[in-house]
Amino acid sequence: MAHAQTAPSRYVVEAYDIHKSFGDFEALKGVNLTVAPQELVFIIGPSGSGKSTMLRCCNLLEQPTSGQVKITGEEITNRSVDINKVRQRIGMVFQQFNLYPHMSALGNVSLALRKVKKMARSEAEDRAQAALQRVGLADKAGNHPTELSGGQQQRVAIARAIAMEPDVILFDEPTSALDPELVGSVLEVMRELRESGMTMVVVSHEMRFARDAADRVIFMDGGLVVEEGTPERIFTDARSDRLKSFLHSVTGH
Amino acid sequence: MERFLDQFFNLEIMARYLPDVAAGFLVTIQLALSVIVTGLLFGLALAVVRAFQVRPVNWLIILFVDLFRALPPLVILIIFYFGLPFIGITMSAFVISWIVLASVLAAFAEEIYWAGITSVNRGQWEASRSTGLGFTQTLFYVVIPQAIRMTIPPLTNRTIAITKNTALASVVTVEEMLTVAQTSLAYAANTSPLTMAAIGYLLIFFPLTMASRWVETRYAWKR
Repeated sequence: MAHAQTAPSRYVVEAYDIHKSFGDFEALKGVNLTVAPQELVFIIGPSGSGKSTMLRCCNLLEQPTSGQVKITGEEITNRSVDINKVRQRIGMVFQQFNLYPHMSALGNVSLALRKVKKMARSEAEDRAQAALQRVGLADKAGNHPTELSGGQQQRVAIARAIAMEPDVILFDEPTSALDPELVGSVLEVMRELRESGMTMVVVSHEMRFARDAADRVIFMDGGLVVEEGTPERIFTDARSDRLKSFLHSVTGH
Repeated sequence: MERFLDQFFNLEIMARYLPDVAAGFLVTIQLALSVIVTGLLFGLALAVVRAFQVRPVNWLIILFVDLFRALPPLVILIIFYFGLPFIGITMSAFVISWIVLASVLAAFAEEIYWAGITSVNRGQWEASRSTGLGFTQTLFYVVIPQAIRMTIPPLTNRTIAITKNTALASVVTVEEMLTVAQTSLAYAANTSPLTMAAIGYLLIFFPLTMASRWVETRYAWKR
């Protein structure tokens, strides 16, 4: 029984000794990650460092080869756990937005409310409308994704995640596919979420955002956590050569 | 010119055989609509079942699909019509024609739907699954609606091409339009009934091509 193993936990997300291999390639070589309630954890690192894979292991979009993942104390890597139930509590925002092109913004946000939370259409749409309002797109509810800018699409995707009232939201490079002038609106929404106390794990190259918004920054390279600490400590007091050269390459100085 | 008109547009003969050809026209329409509706639904059902990736089931589907795509419809029709009675199954020629043509359409439609399903971006699956929707829910609410919209143009093409094969039912004595036209042609020693049949086919398939164009634009979304 799933609930028998559920003990109160101080953490929203716990991942212990996560390994993940794709064929011969070892993407994760034993990564630990804990995220406390209301914490914003940033994961940075060069491409191929395993940071996105690590994030995707948190809701089992990638099944870890070995290791343990717990969400609010419930071990979701246990085969007997109904993953669809757990995923309701873990929002995810993707680099490519992945909005459903055949549905309006409102349809995108309300689908899971209706089909997973089994809400009546009117109730689901009220809640979806409120979520769209929160990301500043109340007036775009009837628009299809193709009628929206990239930044607006990503905000709809964030609304889709927050409408489920999850315990944590995972952001997988949420601004990497956006034109520079559209990045700000998405970061603004993320900042508002953070201030409202949402627990967030963010994989991103937005170093300035990491600096002012993150509680903790994790630097990954080669499938391992190399350094972790406060943004202050990571960005001004890098100890490993790998972090130093990474910061040098992304900030250009 | 006069001989041509007399042979192909003989109004007197046309008037005489109009009731017969009209009756055949109705049979052709019935057969065509039955084939379209059941063929497209059966094809979709096969594609949906295939999406669940149960090995032995998928082999059967692929076997069925490849067989019915490889054989000429006329060959299948004749085998069924003359073969089924030998194993104790007797059905009217209309029903056999319906089943055969619907199966051929289903076979092609399955491949088209399947191509649509597999071409839906993996990110769509991931986004849907990440909100807690299950595999089946994702398939029905997210993937298939997109797959169907993507496949409407090839699907309508194929539907029209296969539905025109209702004329083959004339070979197995179904009193559809071509059968009637040919019989009338023999009695009258004049090809005007065939002209009427040709007009009849246009009356059926022109609206069908126009309807498919309407469906294409209706369900297209801007990319």
